[in-house]
Amino acid sequence: MEEIKQDLRQFILNEFLPGEDPANLKDDTPLLSTGILNSSATLMVVMFLEERCGIRIEAHETSADNFDSVDRIIAFVQRKLA
Amino acid sequence: MPSPARHLTSYLEESALRFPERTAVFDQDGTSLTFAELHRRSDRLAEFLVEQGVKPGDRVGIVMAKSLISYTLLWSVIKCGAAYVPIDWTNPPERVAEILADCGVSLILTDPQSPDMSDVVEHVIVMDPATFESTANRVPTGALPTSLSADDLIFVLYTSGSSGIPKGVMSTHGNVTSLIEWAVGKFGGSEEDRFANHAPFHFSLSVLNLFAPIKLGASCHLIPTELGKDPRALAAFIAERKLTVWFSTPAILRMLAEFGELERHDFSSLRLVKFAGEAFQIPSLRKLTELWPSTTFFNVWGSTETNLCCYRQIPRPIPADRADPYPIGFPGTHCRVVALDDAGNEVAAGTEGIMHISGASVFQGYWGLDKSNFILRDGARWHNTGDVVREVEGEGFVYVGRRDRMIKRSGFRIELAEVERALLRHPALAEVAVIAVPDSQKNIQIIANLVSRSQPRPTIIECKTHCSEHLPYYMNPDRFVFHDAMPRTSSNKIDYQSLVRQFEETRKA
Repeated sequence: MEEIKQDLRQFILNEFLPGEDPANLKDDTPLLSTGILNSSATLMVVMFLEERCGIRIEAHETSADNFDSVDRIIAFVQRKLA
Repeated sequence: MPSPARHLTSYLEESALRFPERTAVFDQDGTSLTFAELHRRSDRLAEFLVEQGVKPGDRVGIVMAKSLISYTLLWSVIKCGAAYVPIDWTNPPERVAEILADCGVSLILTDPQSPDMSDVVEHVIVMDPATFESTANRVPTGALPTSLSADDLIFVLYTSGSSGIPKGVMSTHGNVTSLIEWAVGKFGGSEEDRFANHAPFHFSLSVLNLFAPIKLGASCHLIPTELGKDPRALAAFIAERKLTVWFSTPAILRMLAEFGELERHDFSSLRLVKFAGEAFQIPSLRKLTELWPSTTFFNVWGSTETNLCCYRQIPRPIPADRADPYPIGFPGTHCRVVALDDAGNEVAAGTEGIMHISGASVFQGYWGLDKSNFILRDGARWHNTGDVVREVEGEGFVYVGRRDRMIKRSGFRIELAEVERALLRHPALAEVAVIAVPDSQKNIQIIANLVSRSQPRPTIIECKTHCSEHLPYYMNPDRFVFHDAMPRTSSNKIDYQSLVRQFEETRKA
């Protein structure tokens, strides 16, 4: 799971935060209220996770509860995989 | 031929007489209203609005999610002789307040989901479902304005302004009905059609599929925001509702083609797909035409000011060697289009010129602004769209670009000056210069070049947060690049060309 987390962080940094110091993206940095993930970016994260983890994510699952930080996304993926 | 300039209520009245029991509108959950019900309910709600003080010529803000309720209220506002001002309440509050104050709305209609508007305008009515039901079923008072005219304003739609402040495009009923009459004649349709209503009401793209079904006696299927951006659910919705007519930006269709799992559904009912707002890059368009083999596709072109004016059918199959997006095509019969040089003379075919449009769909002007980019030519009023085009034999008009700092993304118009104005509100930023460059897939990217007042400079995350608090989502920059100082021209202005070159070089490296 740690590997998935690092890949997810890298994906978010590359796609949505080009130029950012990686240290500024904490595992609990809010992703939605900061505008890091808008709806099309969220869709890209969904596609990334589906491919990377072999899961299927429905649109209603992309709520703030599940997607508002790297930590929350990883916890959500863990529940999906359980 | 009768004049197409009419008041929209005449369409609803006629369809309520001809097709009283046919369904006029479906909500996402399947609840619906027949033409007779829509007509009756919007009358009652209009009488209620009159009691609340709404007069002909007023502007009424609609800050509501798309639903059967907000749809019916649009009609009620129209029936009062007032203009509706639809607001995207996901915009930052200061932008919403700026817009509502600009055109002086007398009343705001909201729903329980939308933000509190009471500090913007004194008179706010929250239309929850219970209030809506009871008001729509009241005893008739008959107190509705009787002298509705095709010259009444139907809406004020706000679009990004080059001064950095949104500007309100004023359109009349006559402007809209001229468009509807042309489109219904050109693209056909009947009471059997099922129209998708995808675009939000605040977006000018919504106008055609809001009012064409009313004219035809066809049904209108409302697609609220959340459903509208969920490719799998949207694909299932189109198939299950057996929708026949679709109109949206290419961005939505591209999303459906790439992520909608279209092969899982039957789309054989979908006879007509129109797209507008930006160029549809050929690879995704080709994929979509292959996935929807029985559908006819049209590229249409328009602006908020002129509404839809040009159209071009997409051939099938799309030739294998086709690489450039299809042209914007030929003017409809409701308007005239010319390309003029800087002296105002028509340019020869094949030569670039600035597109000017004249005709019944062209707007009245911007709310509260004298400058509306009109010229008088041959006794007619022409709108300078600011778009550079050239006419090609057999192809119609080909879109070349713009000379100013306006861009389009996801069909939304963006003045880069508005992005700069928002960034400059950040206390740590001394200078900003925003540029737009295409990425490898030719999609527009917005690049914010920044100079910080102090060290350490704001983080990229701080910049993103600031933008999402001050700009609509579609205006947010994709990249933030800090500079020690901005490059300058010899006259000491910010050198935008140099910023574009610098960015291209960093990207290559």
